[in-house]
Formats: sequence, structure tokens, C-alpha cells
Amino acid sequence: MTGAPLSDASLPRDNGELVFEAPWQARALAIAVALTEKLGLPWDAFRLRLMDEIAKDPQRPYYESWGAALESMVVDLDLTSPAALDAAAPTERAPL
Amino acid sequence: MTADHHHPAELAPIEARVAAIESVLVEKGILDIDTLDVIVQNFEDNLGPMNGAKVVARAWTDPAYKERLLSDATAAIKEFGFEGPEGEFMVVVENTPDVHNLVVCTLCSCYPWPTLGLPPKWYKAPAYRSRAVREPRKLLAEMGTVIPADVEIRVWDSSAEARYLVLPMRPEATADMSEEQLAAIVTRDSMIGVQRL
Repeated sequence: MTGAPLSDASLPRDNGELVFEAPWQARALAIAVALTEKLGLPWDAFRLRLMDEIAKDPQRPYYESWGAALESMVVDLDLTSPAALDAAAPTERAPL
Repeated sequence: MTADHHHPAELAPIEARVAAIESVLVEKGILDIDTLDVIVQNFEDNLGPMNGAKVVARAWTDPAYKERLLSDATAAIKEFGFEGPEGEFMVVVENTPDVHNLVVCTLCSCYPWPTLGLPPKWYKAPAYRSRAVREPRKLLAEMGTVIPADVEIRVWDSSAEARYLVLPMRPEATADMSEEQLAAIVTRDSMIGVQRL
């Protein structure tokens, strides 16, 4: 079973407001949650990086900071390298 | 219909990067797609202000529960089964005729996921994060909530050590309402403190 792509209609709404503006934002959130759980890390292992990324560039869209925090975490944990991410071809991956 | 109509449009750089992170972790067997789907689905279906509303409605109708909620919010909220990431170290702050509570996370976006779901966009915006502390009364008025001058505004900065949830005042003329009916009138914004019911 592979993940079904999220349609716009399935994006969570909160008081009528979209929680995610695009499916990749939901994936970015899920990856951070799943990874900290899987590795038994406290949520702060991610949150402190998110804080740093937001502080670095306060006007950057929120989930772009989130993505940057995620990348710094996976790279620092030696799970991958920036070069490996550059080489990954997203179109061959699970649909976002 | 063209042969390549299934090919996705070119991805934005951040979208491609997140896709690359996902695919690398999945290929290494660290994460699997189903786990990620379950997490997203859980946010869609199970996490949201409808949970916090149930907590508030019970506190309004059950004085013993309210006491537990104010003394150990994490445990009292867990009685409903609401727990998980960003759901620890909960602190519930009670609005009274003299005090209005407002919640912000000045450094990032700490927010009680199990009871409120994910934060709205404005909660994460630099303007809200700085002004909630600097000029809460003015900010609230701009958001449509005028707090009377004789009511003190207390601002709570959520962090990993404490995530705040506002217990709004029960509106007048709700004496006949059941707990379930009460839960239906509790809004997300009232539990952040940017709205009064």
C-alpha cells in the first residue's frame, strides 16, 4: 500500500481555516513527528531547530523554516547528507 | 489526454526538498509511508479544537473536574484520551471577570496539538508573536476583541515546558445547556484567548 496523494479537499481545516496550505506541508509535519517518535527523541530535538530557523529568517514562510529545520535534523543525525538530498529525484518518490 | 499527464508539475524548491527528505528516510527504512499517512490522517480527523471544547465544557459543568484541570491539566486532559506530541506540560489558565488570558509562542509555534490541533496561520506570524506581548490590548481590539480597561490581560508564552490553554468564562444564559451543547459553542480562538465568548 502506498500513500494516496492528498487532495485539496482532504486538507485539514480548523474553524474553516486551512491548517496546511499544500500537501507537502502536511508531509513535512508528519516526517518530523514520525522521526522523533521513531528515534525516541524528545520533541525539542526538532522544536529547537525550528526556533533557530525562524529566528534566522523571521519573514520566511513558516513551513519553509520547518523544512529547513527538518533538513538540519536529518543531516546532523547522519541519516543523510545535503548531497544525497540534492541527488534524490522527488518525482520518483511517493506522491506528495 | 497525453501520455505523461500523471507526471507532477515541477515542484517548488522547498516541496522538492521535503519530498527528497521523505524518500531518503523511507528508502533507508527509517520511516514508512503508511506511518506518515496515519499521522496526517490523525491531524485531519482527531486533533482539533473540538477536543479542547470538550475539556472546557466539562470544566464548566463539573467543579471537581475543573479543579483537576487547573491543578494538573495534562492529567485532566488525558482523561479524555487527548495526549501525544505537544500535549505534555499543559497548563490551563482561567478567565475571570477581572482577568483575561492570552496565549502566544514568541519563539516558534508551541501549541497544544491534542486539544487544539495545529495552530492557525496568524498564530505563527511574526506580528502576532511580538505584538501579543508588547501591546496585547491593542492587538486583541484589532482582532475584534475589546477587553474592558479594568480587566487585566495576562499573556502566557507557550514553550516546551508549558503549553497553555485558556479556560474561557462560561457565557451567561447557558444554564440550560448540556455539556455537549456547551462544547459546541466553545471556539478555538476563545481557547487561545483572542476571543471572548
